[in-house]
Amino acid sequence: MAERHPLFKPLIFVGGLVFGVGLGFSHMARPEVVLNFLQFEDLGLLFVMFGAAIVSGVAFALLPRIRDTAPITGDPYERRLKPFDRNVLVGGAVFGVGWGLSGICPGAAYASLGTGNVTILWALAGMFLGAYLQGYWRSNRPRDTASRAD
Amino acid sequence: MVADPVPLQLAAELFPNGIGRYAVGGLLVGLGTVLIYAGTGIPAGASTFLESTLSYVSDQSRFQKYVGSRDWRVVFTAGIVLGGAAFAATFQSGLVTSPLYEPGTTGQLYDVAGVTLWTTGVQPWRLFLGGVLVGVGTRVGKGCTSGHGVCGVGSASKTSLIGVLTFLTVAIGTAQVVAALGVSP
Repeated sequence: MAERHPLFKPLIFVGGLVFGVGLGFSHMARPEVVLNFLQFEDLGLLFVMFGAAIVSGVAFALLPRIRDTAPITGDPYERRLKPFDRNVLVGGAVFGVGWGLSGICPGAAYASLGTGNVTILWALAGMFLGAYLQGYWRSNRPRDTASRAD
Repeated sequence: MVADPVPLQLAAELFPNGIGRYAVGGLLVGLGTVLIYAGTGIPAGASTFLESTLSYVSDQSRFQKYVGSRDWRVVFTAGIVLGGAAFAATFQSGLVTSPLYEPGTTGQLYDVAGVTLWTTGVQPWRLFLGGVLVGVGTRVGKGCTSGHGVCGVGSASKTSLIGVLTFLTVAIGTAQVVAALGVSP
């Protein structure tokens, strides 16, 4: 890989910092608040998710019209489009059970650790274990997915 | 005593902590994503860090495909952790206040060197077991709350909209069942 622009990592860091302050400020970094949302006791989290999606949506739509490529990488501005297949549903459902049980998702867990939540290390350990299990399985299974009966 | 008009009563019921902290927090989460996207063209999600970081210690092919991005993903996650710490040192500690910030009463606060820190009351087994499922599900399902929810929905991606609808619906059902079984917190 070519040498990165000297501002590449500083920008990523500042972006992460702002992202983390937002997760702390919104209380999405607190599992209790997420669980209250999922139990319809406080719907405020809708503003976090849709607020963030609207801000990014405006930028994702406008930036490609202003410039062809990103200044630091020279990469074209593209939307985040992933192919749809059954994994999106299966993985989404498994993630949903985990999110509904624990009240925490990856980004919120990182920010939660920063707010002093040492107990969240249980969730982070679980996430690494889960990511490892699926990665191990997907790295080693036979390549026969196309011929599966189901 | 004059009763509040119905819309205000409803708003107080649906949003007992107001919407200020949620709306501001959401704008900041979006802004962080946009800073990175504007400079680099990367729509950064948080859960890929789990697999890209495993590539430092495991040579499984599934993790090795993230070797090219693993360094900056560590930087991104370090930023998120320190962002949480910056929030703790300011608003959570009461050093900075705003009418848009509602402190809330969840979990336990504790003090270290003048900084007010916070820890969850949610039981460790829920966090660990839930975490395992989050680790499997976000990686199999191609994204998490930030990858699908912020970047994907922001891209009007049908895959991400379906992904969000799936995990949100299942999470609501799961949380309601767990609460109905009397598990708390």
